[in-house]
This record gives sequence, C-alpha cells and structure tokens, in this order.
Amino acid sequence: MEHKAERTPSQTSPAMPWDRVACSKEFQDLLAVKKVFIVPAFVFFLVYYFALPMLVGYAPRLMSLRVVGSVTLGYVYALSQFVVGWIIAWLYLKAASRFDALTKDILDQAREQHGES
Amino acid sequence: MSIALAVFALFIASTLAITYWASKRSRGASAFLAAGRKITAWQNGFAVAGDFMSAAAFLGIVGLIALQGLDGFLYSVGGFVAYVTILLLIAEPLRNSGKYTMADVLAYRLRPRPVRAMAALSTLATIAFYMIAQMVGAGALVTLLLKGSGITYNMAVVGVGLIMVTYVIFGGMLATTWVQIVKAMLLSACTAVLTVLVLAHFHFHLGDFFSAASQISFHQGGVVVVKNFLQPGLRYRPPYGPLDVVSLGFALIFGTAGLPHILVRFYTVPDARTARKSVVWAMVLIGTFFIMTSVVGLGAAAIVGPDYILSHGGTNMSGPLLAQALGGDLFLAIVSAVAFATILAVVSGLTIAASTSFAHDFWINVVHHGVEREAGETVLVTRIAAVAVGSVSIAIAIALGPNSNAGILATLGMAVAASANFPVVVLAIFWRRFNTAGAVAGLSAGLLGSIGLILASPTFMGIDSADAAGAAHHLIQAAPRFSLENPGIISVPLGFLAAVMATMLRREPSAEARFNELMVRANTGLGAEKAM
Repeated sequence: MEHKAERTPSQTSPAMPWDRVACSKEFQDLLAVKKVFIVPAFVFFLVYYFALPMLVGYAPRLMSLRVVGSVTLGYVYALSQFVVGWIIAWLYLKAASRFDALTKDILDQAREQHGES
Repeated sequence: MSIALAVFALFIASTLAITYWASKRSRGASAFLAAGRKITAWQNGFAVAGDFMSAAAFLGIVGLIALQGLDGFLYSVGGFVAYVTILLLIAEPLRNSGKYTMADVLAYRLRPRPVRAMAALSTLATIAFYMIAQMVGAGALVTLLLKGSGITYNMAVVGVGLIMVTYVIFGGMLATTWVQIVKAMLLSACTAVLTVLVLAHFHFHLGDFFSAASQISFHQGGVVVVKNFLQPGLRYRPPYGPLDVVSLGFALIFGTAGLPHILVRFYTVPDARTARKSVVWAMVLIGTFFIMTSVVGLGAAAIVGPDYILSHGGTNMSGPLLAQALGGDLFLAIVSAVAFATILAVVSGLTIAASTSFAHDFWINVVHHGVEREAGETVLVTRIAAVAVGSVSIAIAIALGPNSNAGILATLGMAVAASANFPVVVLAIFWRRFNTAGAVAGLSAGLLGSIGLILASPTFMGIDSADAAGAAHHLIQAAPRFSLENPGIISVPLGFLAAVMATMLRREPSAEARFNELMVRANTGLGAEKAM
C-alpha cells in the first residue's frame, strides 16, 4: 500500500475525451433517462413533504382530526412520510439499475478509445 | 452507577482495539482520509446512520417529542426525508467526482483557491454548531449521571475529548467508521428495547398507548393543563410558529445534504453504486430509528410526564429518565452509556471531517497550491488539525451550560449547511453557467445570512427571567431581532440567490468549458478514484 502522490484533476484528465463523451448520443440518452425519473420523483417528494409543515402550521384543526381511536391525521401523515420515502428509495434502486447498464456501455466505449484498462 | 461506567469502559476498550487495528491499515492519504475506499454498502449505511443518529437525535428529539408531541416529531420526519434528497441528487455525483471533501466537486470547474477557502470556512462553521450540540448533550448526561461519583463534568468532557482525538489521529477514517458502525448498532438496539418496554407498559395495546398520549397533564404557568400530544400547536403557535415549521423543513431537507461529516462518508465506498445502496441502508435504519423515537418520546410524556422531566435534568434527559422508569437503574445505566458512546462517535466523525477539510482544502490546496511538499503532509496536517479541533471543542463544552436543547442546536448547524453548502454543490453539478464568483458569493451569503439570523433569533437572544430554572439560557440578553427560531426559509433562498446573481454578473469561459468534464465524471464515474 504505497502512498501515491496526490494528483490534481488537470494532471489526470488531459487525454480523457470529456467533450466527446459528453456529446455522444449514449451519454445524452443516459442524462435523459435519469431526468425522466429523478425530476418528477424529487418534485413529488418536495410537495409531499412540505405539505406536512404547511398543514401542521396552517391547518392545525384539520391535522387534529382523529382517524383511528386517538390517532390524529397529523400523526398518520407524519408517519406516511417514512413509507413514502422508502417507496421512492425502492423505485429509485430499480430505475438506477437501468442507469448502470447505460453507464457501463459509455465507460466501455470511452476506455476502449482511451486505452485505459 | 458502576454499571454505566462498566458498559462505557467496555465500549471504549473495544473501540480502542478497532483504532489499533485501523492504525496499521491507514497509511497514505486515501487510506487515512477515506478508509481506502473499501467500505461496503451496509457498513457505510450503518456509519451514515450512526453519524446522523447523534446525541441530538437520541437525547434532543426524544425530548422535543416528550414535551411538545407532534410538533417535536416533525424534527424526526425532516431528518429522515432529507435522505431522499441525498439519494436522488447528491450521493452518486459526489462519489463519482470528488476525493475527500465537498469542495472537490467545486474545484473541478471553478478557480480552486477562493472556492476551497470559502468551502473550508463554511465546513468548519457547520461542524462548530453540530459539535456544540453534541457537547451540550454530553454535559446534560454527565450532570444527571455522575452526581456524587467523584467524576466532575470538566473531567468527563476532557476524557471524551481525549478519546475522540485518539480515534482520529491514530485510526483515521477507518477507525472512525467502525466506531460509528458499532455505535449505530448499540443505539438502534437500545432504542428498540426502550420501544418494546413502552408498548409493554401499555400491555401492547396500541389504542391505550395513543389514548394516554392524547391526554398528558402537566403544569403550565402554575396551573395543571391537559394537552393532546398527537395534535399540532404545542411548540409552534401563531403568529410566527407556522412559518417556523416550514423554515425548519427547509433546514432539515436541504441541510442534511450539505453536512460535511455525512458527505465525506460517500468517499469511503468503492463506487457510486455502493454509495447509492448505502444511502438506502441508511434510510432503512434511520427511518426505523426515528419512528421509534416517536414511541419513546410519547412514552416519556405519558409515563414519566413533562413535569418530572423538567425538574430532573431537562428536555435532553427524557429518554434516559424513561429508561429508568421502565427498566430501573440498570437500564438507565445502559442507555446512558450508549448515549455517551453516541456522543463520542459522532464527535470523532465531526472532528475527522473538519480536520480533513482544513488539511486537504485549506492547507494543501489554498496555502500550498495543491502540492504536497513532502509525502504524507496531508495526513500529518489532518492529525494536527484534529488535536486543535478537539481542544477547541473541549473548551466550548466546558464554557457551555447543559440546558439548551441539543436537537435545536444541531438543526441550526443544518440551517448553515443548507444555506451555504447545499446551493453551491447543487449549482456546480447541474448548472453549466455557474462560476467562481457565484460559488464564493453563495457560500458567503448563505454562511453570513444563516449565522446572522441565528444570532438574532429567539434561540440566542432573549431576556431570561430570574426563576428560569431548567430553561435554556440566552447568550445575548436582549429582545430577539428575528422572530423565527430557524432561519432556513430566508437563508436557503438567500444562498441560492447570491450564487445565481454573482454568476450572472460575469461569464467564466473556463468554468463553462469544464462543465462537460464534471458532468461526465458525475454521471458515469469515469476517472474516479478507485478502491485501493
């Protein structure tokens, strides 16, 4: 485990074909596929989450409604955030395995052209 | 009391053994600062969860729920959902394009010196708030537990400080990570037992438990009142309360994604895929833990009662006092020892993140233009910085009183992270036009704006009444100038706005030209540093 000299990015990267990869169809496809999942998921998450402090802050009566026994709507909605978070994570894991497949093709291609192992 | 010390001694002995083991493997910067990038997904998940399930969470948030019910539980929810932001936007690009610190991602396309200098400053500021929160928790525990045992508060704080510095300077990131993993397991187990004991107290009838939580009686202004702890409004009341809840939301969900000691963890895994899986591991652990905090907190309100909590150590002691009520002195001792272990582990995580940022960002890259003058300089400077950070935290802990709520203090650290760090990291990754001026302006405005508003807020400004026993002291004895406890709703947009406006003033062609490189790196991991 020999100590490797620290290298700044500019020293490692000059030969890497960054621009060519960035403009390639495969890379643009990867970005598009990621965007289709990540943007709606993140927007949904923001709306679903911020509804909680807004409702608790501005509609305390509504959030005090009893749903089951003494359990209030506010408590149920707060708990539901955990479930929704886990579901988003699970969906993202599934979507990301597609990103990985696309990424692998791009990496293989770039390394082939660049001669990196 | 001897049991608490025994459990704690056992924890220290085993973590020092880990440190010894790690010290033989931590040669070279990548090994010392990033654990050789060989941490696996579940290990990193536990370590991230461990960093997040701090004394602030266990002592502070349980206390907020025990005294303020549903309003306190919002802290738990925000803490958990923040990981959705990290999962979707931050973890993978960060691992793919950086090496040791958050500033690495900025330095790819921007002029490294001004950006790293500011990023190091805001890293240290964020960590300072977080560290104060942990130390306040430690202070509260010591005051409650070690009464009459011969160990004074100051001795305990110095002891904690010394052990923490030992982990960091000898064991580096590898030791810190394993200390965090062990502690996360202990704390989860402990909270699970406490949860089961609470439910057992109500004979596992959830209906009885919730009905008890909906009628908690306590003294308020000299009269006994009965409140429903499952309803909002116990903490956040008009006129500013509702806005404060939303402001807290800003700080929590963007701030966690800007916490330096959480972000550095994603450099310890081999690749972006592992980073992603580790976030999901962390989400399972943190989610389960925070759901349990609501049972423990409401249980403390129903079984121990707010009056008893306030007169026996204050909000931070709700969890330990509940443990005593349900499991006797033995369980109190175990819970307290685990809470101590938590503080120790989180403080060492904070210390290594702060020291790494100082050594890698400031010393090597700002002062010495990115060149190590001799092999091993980064590691050496990190070790020296760790000793300095440790000494400063010990001094702060000794100077502070134990009555501020640790959960609120930690959230203020998050507000700083959300306002300064989060906007520039997101803009650097996603906006081609972004430039050096924007990064420096965003970091400065976020940092100054959030800290200024925090100092002017009711947390720091206020006039203490003479009989305020058990209540928080205010550092500045004057009426608050800013009405919200949490500055997030103003300072997060301020950070973004300053970054965007300064960027628009002038174009920086080199930063735009290198956006392609950052984009390819962040999305594919091409050129990323591998496991050793």
